[in-house]
Amino acid sequence: MSARRVFTRPARLAAIAPYLWMLLFFMVPFGFVLKISLSQTAIAQPPYLPLFDLSQGLAAIKDAAAMLSLDNFRLLASDNLYVLSYFRSLVVAVISTSILLVIGYPIAYGMARLPARWQPFAMVLVIIPFWTSFLIRIYAWINILQHDGLLNKMLLALHLVSTPVVWLSTDSAMYLGIVYSYLPFMILPLYATLALMDPALLEAAADLGAPSWRAFWLITFPLSLPGVGAGILLCFIPIVGEFVTPDLLAGSNALMVGQTLWLEFFTNKDWPVASAAAVVLLILLIPPLLLYDRLQRRQLEGGR
Amino acid sequence: MAESELAEEQTTAPRAPGQALLWIDSVVKSFGHHRAVDRLSLEIQAGEFFALLGPSGCGKTTLLRMLAGFETPDEGRILLGGNEIGSVLPHRRPVNMMFQNYALFPHLSVRDNIAFGLKRAGLPRADIETRVAEMVALVRLEGFEKRKPDQLSGGQKQRVALARALARRPQILLLDEPLAALDKKLRENTQIELMELQRRLGTTFIIVTHDQEEAMTMANRIGVMKAGRLEQVATPRELYEAPVSRWIAEFVGDINLFEGAATSRDADCVTVATGGMAIKAVHGGALPAATVSVAIRPEKIRLSPSDRPAQTGSRHPFNQLSGRIVEISYLGGQSIYSVRLDNGAILKSSVANATRAAVDSYSPGQPVIAWFAPEDCVVLAQ
Repeated sequence: MSARRVFTRPARLAAIAPYLWMLLFFMVPFGFVLKISLSQTAIAQPPYLPLFDLSQGLAAIKDAAAMLSLDNFRLLASDNLYVLSYFRSLVVAVISTSILLVIGYPIAYGMARLPARWQPFAMVLVIIPFWTSFLIRIYAWINILQHDGLLNKMLLALHLVSTPVVWLSTDSAMYLGIVYSYLPFMILPLYATLALMDPALLEAAADLGAPSWRAFWLITFPLSLPGVGAGILLCFIPIVGEFVTPDLLAGSNALMVGQTLWLEFFTNKDWPVASAAAVVLLILLIPPLLLYDRLQRRQLEGGR
Repeated sequence: MAESELAEEQTTAPRAPGQALLWIDSVVKSFGHHRAVDRLSLEIQAGEFFALLGPSGCGKTTLLRMLAGFETPDEGRILLGGNEIGSVLPHRRPVNMMFQNYALFPHLSVRDNIAFGLKRAGLPRADIETRVAEMVALVRLEGFEKRKPDQLSGGQKQRVALARALARRPQILLLDEPLAALDKKLRENTQIELMELQRRLGTTFIIVTHDQEEAMTMANRIGVMKAGRLEQVATPRELYEAPVSRWIAEFVGDINLFEGAATSRDADCVTVATGGMAIKAVHGGALPAATVSVAIRPEKIRLSPSDRPAQTGSRHPFNQLSGRIVEISYLGGQSIYSVRLDNGAILKSSVANATRAAVDSYSPGQPVIAWFAPEDCVVLAQ
């Protein structure tokens, strides 16, 4: 009857479940990708040189180790195409995430300030787009943005422009698509932190001489930072790896890394280079994750 | 600008006692169809410790929030030192509030919480430091300046909230159920601390509470609210000894009530017939026509075994009612005796357990005589 018994067997299983999940669905596939990235391309099925086979024993593994090469990574660094697409991915992610924050914060703030009975309704409105397939929604945007699409028709009807504007295949269209599709991921964590805030804190700030805008910057905003962090992370990371939206809405003169990856995999059939590109992408995303983790931990410690 | 505002506050000489600092004039506040505060008028003097007492939903918190500026009156005026403040925004009022759950800023340290209002007032840095140190000393939180609210106990949080609200040296400190979150022992100590602090600073305190003992202990004057109106405004002593209505009599403390008709009067004494008994009660003014209630506090009723006690201290003959003890509640310092009178009514008498022997003087079923002076009775209209 020791304290250990507090955690029953099912509870202990539940505790390791996330790690099992990570191992099965992240570490193992990532191991494959890493392995392929160290191999060489070949005309074969699958299209790379097999590195090692566990059934061949220890000697085979030693042979394979000698064959490992970092050539693919060297190629990534030397070819402008890859460097530029990484750079573009980061730029697009930074700009989109900033726009998302600027648009999402007021919406989340407004939602949190609604009368309690209206809040679930507002939440449904935010989530409703998810009921339609993402791809269909992007195609809908193509329809709206094309030469004789809804947007141009409206602008012409209102006499705001005299000739149709080119929207499609521009960066503006891509940003529009990205911001549109990621907005709920920004709003929901922000709303969650803002809705939890005690309204008495703002009254206390007002009582102590802070006009409402001051109270916002001194109280509301600092207290919503965990939500801001979560929203930024939830948007930034997938946007860096975006493929569909830039492919369908942006022009083809500059590629994001997701598009480059796709080209290497499916058009060039160069799996090792594509894998190397994926590994580098992952490594690029680790620092912001660690930073967020550290910030959050500091917040938790500060609050104790 | 802001700095001069606060400086002015500090230099304003305290108003002479007796001159109303706050004047609430026929204030009305409705939420939808519900009148939370209904044409309420009240004057509060500088230096008073005033308690707004009432059951939940009586409008006391709404009234306090109007004084802080979180609500605007629909009708009527609120004057502070002669200036109308009814529609002045909260951050521009020389009034501060201590919130029920303290509303401390969780991301700021004790020091920064206390300094918050001083920084908004634009006080020079050095002055802020001095004032914060002064406040920290006032509430005895030395050594806790760097802690965050989550690292404090309930009592410490309460003191930070108090220091933060007092730091700006408000003309009036509003306290919204300030002790509700503390346990009983701590609450009693804190009541005394608050009283001492108020006396030392001379700041006007207005406290909202639903705890009548708390109000009686701390306040100079109590306003009892019922359904948006002030039922009675009086000193704790008046409130307890001379309630103006049956509702007040029942709300404040324990009381025995006998309903009946006032039948005759003899000098300043009226006789009330109630359930086959006659009770004499001192009552000035006209003989009440309709049915009345005679109210008598349990501690003013003495018990004796069947023989008649010696009379002391009353110009009138004592009321004597006979009955049997049905229940005894021993509460330590006192015991409450429930007596079933001969006409079936239940009377409660509380007796101080002055000696150990006194504790065992009665047992259930024993016949007793309950006796009380007509001066101790209050005649209340229905």
